[in-house]
Amino acid sequence: MTGYRTPLKNVRGLGSAKRGTEHFWLQRVTAAANIVLIAFLVYTALTLAGAPRSEVKAFFSQPIAAVFGVLLAISVSVHMRIGMQVIIEDYVHGASKVPMLLLNTFFSIFVAAATVLAVTKLFLGV
Amino acid sequence: MADAKESAGGLRARPMMPRPLSPHLSIFRPYINMTMSILHRVTGAANYFGSVLLAAWLISAAASDSWFGTVSWAAATPVGLIVLFGFTWSVMHHLLGGIRHFIWDTVHGFELGTVRLFSWLTLLGSLTLTGLIWAAAYPVWENLIWGKFL
Repeated sequence: MTGYRTPLKNVRGLGSAKRGTEHFWLQRVTAAANIVLIAFLVYTALTLAGAPRSEVKAFFSQPIAAVFGVLLAISVSVHMRIGMQVIIEDYVHGASKVPMLLLNTFFSIFVAAATVLAVTKLFLGV
Repeated sequence: MADAKESAGGLRARPMMPRPLSPHLSIFRPYINMTMSILHRVTGAANYFGSVLLAAWLISAAASDSWFGTVSWAAATPVGLIVLFGFTWSVMHHLLGGIRHFIWDTVHGFELGTVRLFSWLTLLGSLTLTGLIWAAAYPVWENLIWGKFL
């Protein structure tokens, strides 16, 4: 049976189905956000470099700083997850590919969750 | 799904000839835009792991005085300062590389001269921004460096 199918017949319907730009687009959306958020990070780092813990807490008790901190964690982790996924897909083949992709997702979400929790705690001052 | 070799073999009942390979890294002479393309990926991967540094700093500040003290101490060691300097450059380089890609997304700047110019500007810009940031932070690290080594 298979012998009579052309290669085109075999792949027809398995293509992108007019979807698949989400990755590209999300990478650009988070990249654009990251320009602003990294500017915030540079400002934060310069403000708080060498500062005692009390100043760090005071800084993030400001709502605007806490919001930017949370946004930074989310946007950066989404961006870095997509980027690392592309790197893994380019270089890793075979059995370790899917575990690596999973690990990438878990790592990115873990970094985001831990950072968001830290900023939230600093903001609340508890 | 059958792979391409099998299905092609089914059509033309003869073994596949070795296919020509498309040229890859080892074939090309290094150009500045190629170097910057590689560096964009390398710095992206470095920033991926560098995110842990930022997370560690914020978590320690949220956690306790002793954790914050440990992270602050580590950041102020020579290795810590070198890592932070490298991380600064890596982030700045990836940021400017991203802006370059945004320009290319508008289908502008693909002339060979412009491509080379963008590539050099990315490198010079990232080094300049890193220098400016560390110059602004000079009061923080001047004692750490000069006190220990001079």
